[in-house]
Amino acid sequence: MLIETKYLGEQEITNQKLLSFPLGLPGFQEEKSFVLLDIPGNGVLQLLQSVQSPMLAFIVTNPHMFYKEYNFSLDTPTIDTLKINEEKDIVILSIMTIHEPFDQSTINLKAPIIMNAKEKIGKQVILNQNDYPLKANIQIPQDQEGGE
Amino acid sequence: MTMLVLTRKLKEAINIGDQIEISILGIEGDQVKIGVSAPKDVDIHRKEIYEAIQKENNEAAAQYVDITNLFD
Repeated sequence: MLIETKYLGEQEITNQKLLSFPLGLPGFQEEKSFVLLDIPGNGVLQLLQSVQSPMLAFIVTNPHMFYKEYNFSLDTPTIDTLKINEEKDIVILSIMTIHEPFDQSTINLKAPIIMNAKEKIGKQVILNQNDYPLKANIQIPQDQEGGE
Repeated sequence: MTMLVLTRKLKEAINIGDQIEISILGIEGDQVKIGVSAPKDVDIHRKEIYEAIQKENNEAAAQYVDITNLFD
């Protein structure tokens, strides 16, 4: 199918690329279908593009590129919703909020997007057990990695 | 939406429909410990945290950035 995107014009999307978000995202509960698109020439950031709303796209990244020790456990309802059987199927992404200059941008470690890559199901999970920040600096202090 | 106001004592509960139960587990000073039993497809969050996530998502979604100029 052909979809209109916020940043990359029209894109041809195969059904295998469609990601189902049964609960939507906080603030976007009606958005139940997304697709993950590469940004040409950028190996760090990707776009989580809504299939139904062309102007809705989040810039996302693998949080472990910035916070190597970022880790948390998933609760049973989340594991059930995402139909996770094997840990290797889990993909974790963080939504980035861009600021100028770019190194002032932040990533949301409090509410990562968890996806089951095999089943193509995703959910933005709010971590209550950990004290990870909503706005984590993307520059990691040299003597202190992990959450704030 | 209207609000139904009920008074409950410690260890009493409220049912919402037949699948959601809210129990008062403890009362200490100005803090109330509440237990919520609900189906797994119902997300339960502290309101201020959920609102903060909504706000951050809205902020992230509202921006239009030059994606050719983001670091790699």
